[in-house]
Amino acid sequence: MRVHIKSIAAATLLAAISSPLAAKTISVEAGEGAQERLQEALILAEPGDVIAIGAGRFELTDGLSLDVDKVTVKGAGVTKTILDFTGQLGAGEGLLITSDDVVLREFGVENTKGDGIKSKGADRIVYHKLRVEWTGGPKATNGAYGIYPVESSDVLIDSVLVRGASDAGIYVGQSRNIVVRNSVAVENVAGIEIENSFDADVHDNIATKNTGGILIFDLPDLPQKGGHNIRVFSNIVVDNMTPNFAPKGNIVASVPTGTGVMVMANHNVQIFDNVLGENGTANVMIVGYRQKTDDADYQPLTKNVGMWENQHMRAGWAPEFPGGKEIASALGGGLPPIFWDGAGGAEYAPYIGDNAPALSLGLTDISAALTSANPAQMEPGGKKPTSLPAIKLPESMEAVVR
Amino acid sequence: MRFLLFAVACLGFAAMLPASSGPAVSSKAILDDRMPRQLSAFGFFNGAADRPASALIGYSLRNPLFSDYAEKQRFIYLPENSRLSVAPSGKVNFPVGSALIKSFGYRHDNGHLNIVETRLLLLRKSGWIALPYVWREDGSDADLKVGGKRIPVSFTTPRGKRLVISYGVPNKNQCKQCHSSKNQLEPIGPVWPDMIFDSEATEAAFAARASFPRNGLYASAQWDDPASGRLEDRAEAYLAANCAHCHRPTGSASNSGLFYDGSLGRYAASGYKKRPVAAGRGSGGHDFVVDPGHPEKSILIHRMKSLDPGVAMPELGRSTVHQEGTELLEEWIRSMVDAGTDAN
Repeated sequence: MRVHIKSIAAATLLAAISSPLAAKTISVEAGEGAQERLQEALILAEPGDVIAIGAGRFELTDGLSLDVDKVTVKGAGVTKTILDFTGQLGAGEGLLITSDDVVLREFGVENTKGDGIKSKGADRIVYHKLRVEWTGGPKATNGAYGIYPVESSDVLIDSVLVRGASDAGIYVGQSRNIVVRNSVAVENVAGIEIENSFDADVHDNIATKNTGGILIFDLPDLPQKGGHNIRVFSNIVVDNMTPNFAPKGNIVASVPTGTGVMVMANHNVQIFDNVLGENGTANVMIVGYRQKTDDADYQPLTKNVGMWENQHMRAGWAPEFPGGKEIASALGGGLPPIFWDGAGGAEYAPYIGDNAPALSLGLTDISAALTSANPAQMEPGGKKPTSLPAIKLPESMEAVVR
Repeated sequence: MRFLLFAVACLGFAAMLPASSGPAVSSKAILDDRMPRQLSAFGFFNGAADRPASALIGYSLRNPLFSDYAEKQRFIYLPENSRLSVAPSGKVNFPVGSALIKSFGYRHDNGHLNIVETRLLLLRKSGWIALPYVWREDGSDADLKVGGKRIPVSFTTPRGKRLVISYGVPNKNQCKQCHSSKNQLEPIGPVWPDMIFDSEATEAAFAARASFPRNGLYASAQWDDPASGRLEDRAEAYLAANCAHCHRPTGSASNSGLFYDGSLGRYAASGYKKRPVAAGRGSGGHDFVVDPGHPEKSILIHRMKSLDPGVAMPELGRSTVHQEGTELLEEWIRSMVDAGTDAN
């Protein structure tokens, strides 16, 4: 009997030692050598591990990175655990994730020199309860993107706050199967941007005090293009009147101050149930990609966009695109809350089910200058597009945030 | 010359690898699934950074990556009696148990080379692994720093400028950021036509252990040697050595659509009138990566001249501007004529 008990104990012990997947929690506290200690923890973690970052301010000198699958990085709260990159000397972002099935939750990232948190080729990533902020508010010297997943499948961004990005607060690029929800984007150039991506739901977010609230864009000369199947619904997109502070040359530098939702060069985009208002250029703007490109595989026109049941408040009193003011004064002082550049002609006209006036700029030719607009009221009605299916993420991802 | 040597080697002038002496290299340390805390565990050095074991094969590259003017010493360790192959692209495929060893240092005014760190790439059964070791003050051994380290160093540039910088030893993940293809770690430097061996005998001995592709292998231009090729060829060689490890379709910057692993051309993938995508303030207010005829308006040059972490390219391993390299690319862009096809 005695021998039996001993052997069970030994077997248990052996199993514990030999199992590489025996998940453990690695705690890292603030203080001396935080950079090296935190980076070492991120490197030495094994699949299944949790890296628990303690409360306090971590003064970091370099970018951090994680390249181990199935690791959770967890702080003590978005205002309690602060990864402070004010003194950053190197790397293009604060935290870089290049592995799959990673969960990031409950910490804050401040003042990175480049992007805040970037995940590249990181499938099934969950960003939950995070804060990425440039604490000085909107400045051209702030980093480009706050939360930046790229080239990934299955992306969940839930309950994050991003403030001050000089490009986009939440930016999802060249990815597929994406959900951005319950998040707040404030005082960025673009609040939330989905670019060159397929299959996304952007819902129940607040985008305010940005230059543009929510952007659905597609750009040429990139490995993945042809953005499509995007739903933007149940968001509050109000008062996006922060003057554009993006460095020139970037596509968002051309976003007019006072833009609510803007769609460019995508197809199958559905905008519904949103509250939109106090956006000086427009609540909803649908345009083609109007810059010249030699990319023969690129589709610059926006096609099959629909909007319905959005609640429109004041918009269009201060259009900030070239020629906008002239059109506004010709129309008696302001633009309607919805406008389309007219690119491609009637076949490309968006479906407008909203109870709000809409204008076509009549720029059928994609290469025509905005200042050569031939504006005309758009007639409501037409055929409502078939609703796109809801994005479904793997159950393991949803379980993380429940 | 290279082909002649290769032929000679094949005729049986082999067995000229240096005879073994000093500490034995530990195959166990290379192959084990561990990360030794000290560099000495491998037996690559005979008690000091400037005393490589005799089993190591020294080489350099025609077009090295710029690393803050650090002087680099490169070595290859091959398992005994092993063979290697050279791919049609020239890339060297190593056998399991091989190691690539690279030391970084700065030369003191008295000529002495102070080695700061030694980075290892080890080929294990599970694939390549990268480990950074930082030498102790007394030079007796180097310690593993998986989390990287910043070390203040001072040195004089080739043009006589005195610099003090915060030299960055990369962390283990950062090693992979550059050394990755489809998120798998791999060496960058050892491409046969670009390798220069410490002696002809070493080269012959190395070649004797290699099998070569049927196609010819030709060296690219050498970025700093005007006699080696046209301006565009030298720019291409510089961009390939300094940018292409990330800027290629399988690299860390695959999402940029800016690729320097092939021939330069008048298309967006070479930066030609390519608008920035995720550059943020890296754009410097400019419209194009390469604005033909206008280096001062090209994002490429702006980012090479910057030391700001949100702007500087390459993103890693650069705390100072590579003056000579930047000038080459400025000259190249200045020489370009705008084809006007997509002028805006």
